[in-house]
Amino acid sequence: MEKLILRRVDRNSEEMVLNFGPQHPSTHGVINFIVETDGEVMKRAIPDVGYLHRSIEKIGEVVGYPGFMPFTDRIDYVAAMFANEGYAIAVEKLLKVEVPPRAQWLRAISCELCRIASHLVGVGTMTMDIGAFTPMVHGLREREEINDYIEALCGARLTYNYHRIGGVAFDLPEGWRDKVLAFLDRFDKFLPEFDRLITFNEIYKRRLASVAVISREQAIGYGLVGPNLRGSGVDWDVRRDLPYGAYPHFKFEVPIGKGWAGTVGDCFDRYYVRCLEMAESSKIVRQALETIAQQPEEIMAKVPRNVKPEAGETLSRVESARGEMAYYVVSDGTNKAYRVRARTGSFTAMSVIEDISSGLMVADLVALISSLDVVAPEIDR
Amino acid sequence: MKTRSTHEIHALLVDRFGDAVGPLSEPKIDPFCVVKRERIVEVCRFLETEPGLELDFLEDLTAIDWPKRNVIEVVYHLLSYTHRHSIVLKVEADRANPVVPTVEGVWKTANWFEREVYDLFGVTFEGHPDLRRIMLPDDWIGHPLRKDYQEAGGYHGLSNVRENPLVELKRLDDAKKAEAAKAAPAAAEPAAKA
Amino acid sequence: MATVTLPKGNPRTKLIITIAVGLALPVILFGAVLVLTTIAKPAPVQAFVQTVLGKDPATWPFTGLVYAVAAALLSFMILNFGAVIAATTIWWEMRVSSRMQSRIGYNRVGAGGFFQWIADAVKLLLKEDLIPADADQLMFRAAPYFVFAGFGLIFVALPFGEGVIAADLNVGIFYVVAVTALVVVGILLAGWSSNSKWALFGGMRSAAQVISYEIPAGISVMVPILMAGTLSMQGIIRAQGAWPWQWFVFTNPAALVAFVIFFVSQLAESNRPPFDLPEAESELVAGYLSEYSAFRYAIFFLVEFGNVWIMSAIAVTLFFGGWQVPGVTADMYEAARGAGALPAPAWWGLQVASMVVFAVKTMLVMNLVIWVRWTFPRIRVDQMMNLCWKYLVPGAFVTFVTTLLWQILVASVPVAATASGVALSVLTLVALVQMLRHARQAVEAGGDRVDLSNW
Repeated sequence: MEKLILRRVDRNSEEMVLNFGPQHPSTHGVINFIVETDGEVMKRAIPDVGYLHRSIEKIGEVVGYPGFMPFTDRIDYVAAMFANEGYAIAVEKLLKVEVPPRAQWLRAISCELCRIASHLVGVGTMTMDIGAFTPMVHGLREREEINDYIEALCGARLTYNYHRIGGVAFDLPEGWRDKVLAFLDRFDKFLPEFDRLITFNEIYKRRLASVAVISREQAIGYGLVGPNLRGSGVDWDVRRDLPYGAYPHFKFEVPIGKGWAGTVGDCFDRYYVRCLEMAESSKIVRQALETIAQQPEEIMAKVPRNVKPEAGETLSRVESARGEMAYYVVSDGTNKAYRVRARTGSFTAMSVIEDISSGLMVADLVALISSLDVVAPEIDR
Repeated sequence: MKTRSTHEIHALLVDRFGDAVGPLSEPKIDPFCVVKRERIVEVCRFLETEPGLELDFLEDLTAIDWPKRNVIEVVYHLLSYTHRHSIVLKVEADRANPVVPTVEGVWKTANWFEREVYDLFGVTFEGHPDLRRIMLPDDWIGHPLRKDYQEAGGYHGLSNVRENPLVELKRLDDAKKAEAAKAAPAAAEPAAKA
Repeated sequence: MATVTLPKGNPRTKLIITIAVGLALPVILFGAVLVLTTIAKPAPVQAFVQTVLGKDPATWPFTGLVYAVAAALLSFMILNFGAVIAATTIWWEMRVSSRMQSRIGYNRVGAGGFFQWIADAVKLLLKEDLIPADADQLMFRAAPYFVFAGFGLIFVALPFGEGVIAADLNVGIFYVVAVTALVVVGILLAGWSSNSKWALFGGMRSAAQVISYEIPAGISVMVPILMAGTLSMQGIIRAQGAWPWQWFVFTNPAALVAFVIFFVSQLAESNRPPFDLPEAESELVAGYLSEYSAFRYAIFFLVEFGNVWIMSAIAVTLFFGGWQVPGVTADMYEAARGAGALPAPAWWGLQVASMVVFAVKTMLVMNLVIWVRWTFPRIRVDQMMNLCWKYLVPGAFVTFVTTLLWQILVASVPVAATASGVALSVLTLVALVQMLRHARQAVEAGGDRVDLSNW
C-alpha cells in the first residue's frame, strides 16, 4: 500500500508520508490513514481499512437466522440496538410475520436510548479529539446511567442481543419506566449545560467552522447517511420518510445542517446535528414510555423454532445512530441464510475522506474523522 | 415528489431499453430485475438523471455467489431522496471470469462498494480507477465470500488452525494426573515402610 | 445501579501523616536550600576548611572541591524542592480536574491521594528505558536534562517570602525569562533526536510556538518592570502594596491588559492547553514525547507541571503583590527583627505569614491555569500563530507604550495610581461576584445544587 504512495514522493522536498494509525488515540477504532503531508498541510489522506474485518457476512451463512442476532451487535457495538433491529425486520419480512405493537414500542424505546448513548460517545470523543477533555467525561457520566438502564432491561451494557425475530426478548422491569422518565428530566437539563460548556465556545467553533465542507451533491453522491447527510443539508430521515416500527406514532423533528457556525456541511454542522438529535430522541422515548401502557401485553410473535423462510430476498432499512443501516438478506428456503449483507454508514463515510482531505491540516483531518463519527467495526464488519 | 411503484419504474426501463432489462421477478418478496451486463451503465445513468425518476442514492452495491447457476449476481439497490421510490437491479456475471462495467461514473459511492465486491468475490469492474483490495491485505489469496472458498491454511506464517482449546486443556489435565499418580505410589511406599 | 467501593473513610492517622509530610517536605527542603545558600559561598567554605578540617584554605588543593561539593549539595536540594513543588502541583491539578469532570479522582494513596506522585514516580522509575535504535543516542539522552535544568534554575530566583529567596539577583526577572528558554532547546532536541515523524512534528510545532510567544511575554513583563523601576524580583514586590488596590495589576489599567497577555503567553510557553499542540494527545500520540519512556518521560512530565507553578509564581510576583501581607509594612520586618544575633520569633512569624500569602496567591492563579486547561479545546497551529502575531504582539506594545505614558502621569499626579487601583479592584470584585452568581444559577438550572462538602 505504501509503495503506491512512496514512489511519487519527492525526497528533497518537505513532504512526509505518515501512517496515522492503526493504533492511534483519535481514529475511532483500528483504522489506518496514509497521509502525505507537506509541512502541516496535507496533500492526501488515504484511508486503509480492514484491520477489524471479522467476516461477519460469511458467518451469517453458517449460523441460522436466530443465531446470527448476537453477531449483528458486533457490527456496530456502539449502537448495537439498531443492528439488531435491522436484521430482525429483514427476517420478519421474509417470514411475513407481524411484530406485536408492544414489541415495536419497546424496540423504539431501546433504540432511541441507544441513539442517545451512541451520540454521547460520538460527540464526546469529538470534543476530546479537538482537545477539550471535560465534555467527554460529562457525556460518559450520562451514558453510564443509560447503560445501567439498558442493563436492567436486557442484561447487557454494550452488545445487547435484545431484539428477536418476531419481537423483543424481555419486557420492561418493575419501576423502569419511572426511573427512565426521571433520568430524561435530568438529561434534558444536561444538554443546554453541555452546549454552554463546549458548543458555543469560540475556540471550538473556530476549529470546526468551514472545515472539511461536504456539499449536498457530494454527500448524496458518496452515499453518506444519517447525521453526516443531514449535516450537509439533505432533509432525509428513514424514521420519518420510510417509516417502520412504532415511529409513525411519535412526533419528532429532524435537525438538518444550517451552517450555524460557518458553511452548511462543515464539521460543526455534523456535530451540532448530533447534539440536537439527542434532544429529539429524548422526546421520542418520553412519548413511547407514556403510551406503552396502552399496548397489549405480547412482546413476541409466533415464530417457529426452526426459522425457515421461503426463498426470496429483501432489504430492510433502519435509521441507526450512524445513519441508514440496511440489511439485505437472501434466503434459499433452508434454515441458513444464503447471503446476509449489512450496509453501514461508516463504510461510505470513509470513502469521502480521500477526496476532501487535500488542503486540510492534520488537525483538521482529526476533526473531520471525528465529525463523521466512524466506528471501525461498521466499516470492516 | 412523485413516488412511483417498482412496477412503474420497471415499465419505464423496459420502454427505454427493451430486452436489455429482464422482467421483474415475482412473487419474490423484494422484486428485482436483471439487466444485461453491457447496458448497466446506461441504465444506471438513465435512472439517475431522468427527471421524475432521479434515483440519486446508490444504497448498496453487493454480490451473491450462485455456484449452482454458475453466475455471480451483482446487486444494485437504488433509492431516490426526492421521490422516495426504489428499485433493485441485478447483473449476472459469468462465474469463471466475472467482469462488470463500473458505475463509479454515475455514483461516486460505487468506488468503495465495487472494491469490496472485488475483494470478497473476485468480480473485476472495468473502468474502475482504483481497483484493489479493501478489507483484506493486498497479498491475500482467494475471494472469501465465494461459496467454494478454501482457506489457504495460514498467512505469512501465521497459522489459522488450532486445536480445540478443550482438547488441549484435557491433555494438560491428563498429563498432570499421570504425574500425580506416579508421585503418589512412590510416596505411598515410604509411608507404608515407615 | 453501579456501586463504587470507596476506601473506608479517612482514618485520622492517614490524614495527619499526609498533612505532616505535605508540609514538612517542602519546608525541610527549602530550609536546607536557605542554609546551604549562606554556606556555599567562598568565605564560609574557607572558614569551614580552616576550622573543621584544619587545613589552610589558601594552600590546600581541595578547597575548590569542598566548594564544589557544597554547591552540588545546594543544587541537589533546589532540584528536589522543585520536584516536590511540581508533584504538589500535579496532585492539586488532578484533584481540581476530577471535580470538574464529576469524577472521584485520586483517593487511595494518602489522604486525598496526596502521595500518588510517589507511586507514579516509582512506577516510572521501574519501567523499561527504551531508546529507539535509530535515534540520535547522545541528543536523545541529553534532551530531558536541558529541560530539567531550565526548570530547576528558576527556583533560585523565586521570592517565596520576604527573606525567603535563594538568591536575590538584581536582574531577577530578566534571569528568569532567559532561563525558561532552555526548555525550548530541550523540546527541540527531544523532537529531532527521536527520529520519528510524529516527534518531529511535535518538536517543530513547539519550537514555532515557544519562540513566537516569547515576544508578547517579554514585552508584557516590561510593564511591571517599568512601574517598579527595577528588575529585581524582591524589588518589584516591594514596589507594590499588600491590598488589592495596591497591586500592579490594578494600579495601571494597561497592566491589567498586560497581565492577560502575559498569562496567555505563558500558557503557550509551557505547552499547556489550549496551546498543547506539541503534545496533542489525540493527534500526535504524545508529540515530541512519543519515544520517551520511563524516567525520561517522568522528567518532561514533571517539568510541565512544575512550569504551571512557576508561571503562577511569576504572575503573582509581577502583578499581584507577591508575598506582601496585608497590614504589614516594610519597616515592620526590620522592627520585628530585634537586636540579637538570631532574629526574634516575631520576625519568623512574619516570614511564615509572607510565605503563606505567596503560596495562597500562587495557588489561586494556578487554579486559573488548571481551570483553563480543562475547559477549553485546543487551538490549531495557524490560529495560534495568528493570535500571537496579530493580536498579542501589538497588544503588548500598546500596553508598553501606555505604561510609559501612565508612569509620567503618575509621577505628576500620584493619586491616579490609587484611583485606578481602587476602581479596577472594585470592578473586578463586582465581576467576580456576578460570575459566581451566574454559575450558581446555571448549576441550579441544571437541576443540581452547589455543594462544596464533597471536597
